[in-house]
Amino acid sequence: MAEAIAFYTLAVLILGLGVAVVTTPKTVHSVLFLVLNFLCVAILYVVLRAEFLAVIQVLVYAGGIVVLYLFVVMLVNLKRAPEAHEDPRRLARLGLGLSGAVLLELAGIVVYSYGRAAPSSAPAAPVEGIVGNTEELGWLLYTDYLIPFEVASVLLLVAMVGAIVLARRES
Amino acid sequence: MEITSAHYTVLSAALFSIGVIGVLVRRNVIIIFMAIELMLNAVNINLVAHARYLENLIGQVFVVFVIAVAAAEAAVGLGILLAFFRNKETVNIDEMNIMRW
Repeated sequence: MAEAIAFYTLAVLILGLGVAVVTTPKTVHSVLFLVLNFLCVAILYVVLRAEFLAVIQVLVYAGGIVVLYLFVVMLVNLKRAPEAHEDPRRLARLGLGLSGAVLLELAGIVVYSYGRAAPSSAPAAPVEGIVGNTEELGWLLYTDYLIPFEVASVLLLVAMVGAIVLARRES
Repeated sequence: MEITSAHYTVLSAALFSIGVIGVLVRRNVIIIFMAIELMLNAVNINLVAHARYLENLIGQVFVVFVIAVAAAEAAVGLGILLAFFRNKETVNIDEMNIMRW
């Protein structure tokens, strides 16, 4: 019951804030709604017993990526409205229709696949004091997934160098 | 009233569709980037939920990689955006057509 209340509250908050991110006319407000959305997703991770990922979500997304977005919004000093000009060939209605089709398709897949097999219910709570989520995840990352982990670190290095080169002012 | 994995899948699908709407309908590039982050978050919710319901931590390992790729994407994308803004003074995606034809 408690999980149901938490899930529905968080689901309404996440979807509402997502709609707010996409529809707000001011970019700064959009970024602030995005922070709230990420924090709600972090709480949802706690409900799903992924405590380590909740912390990572707050640190990396709400703390790092969103600050980057805020920096860019502040740096980009617009002299006219960002959406003033519209390409006459742009088909926004078609885009809306297509994304509605994506939603319908995904809902159809869910109904189809869960309609036949009974949806699995949550497993019982694990016995206290075996291994923490962080410890278990760290073990997996440093044994079975060591090579992808290192590749990800190389990717982050490449992205960092690329971002510096791209954003540097050419003299 | 029990929450099953289907509930989380529907939530994730709805959030993903909101992201798709944002990418296809908005014309401000910064908001389009944020819509992409929303879509990545929808995928992450799906992975974490199924990691819990299947009692398997591999989904959570995947989420760590998705977050790393999202951070890289944000850094490079915003770098490109700043470089473009310095040349053309716009963040409107309809005016970013110098490489189209």
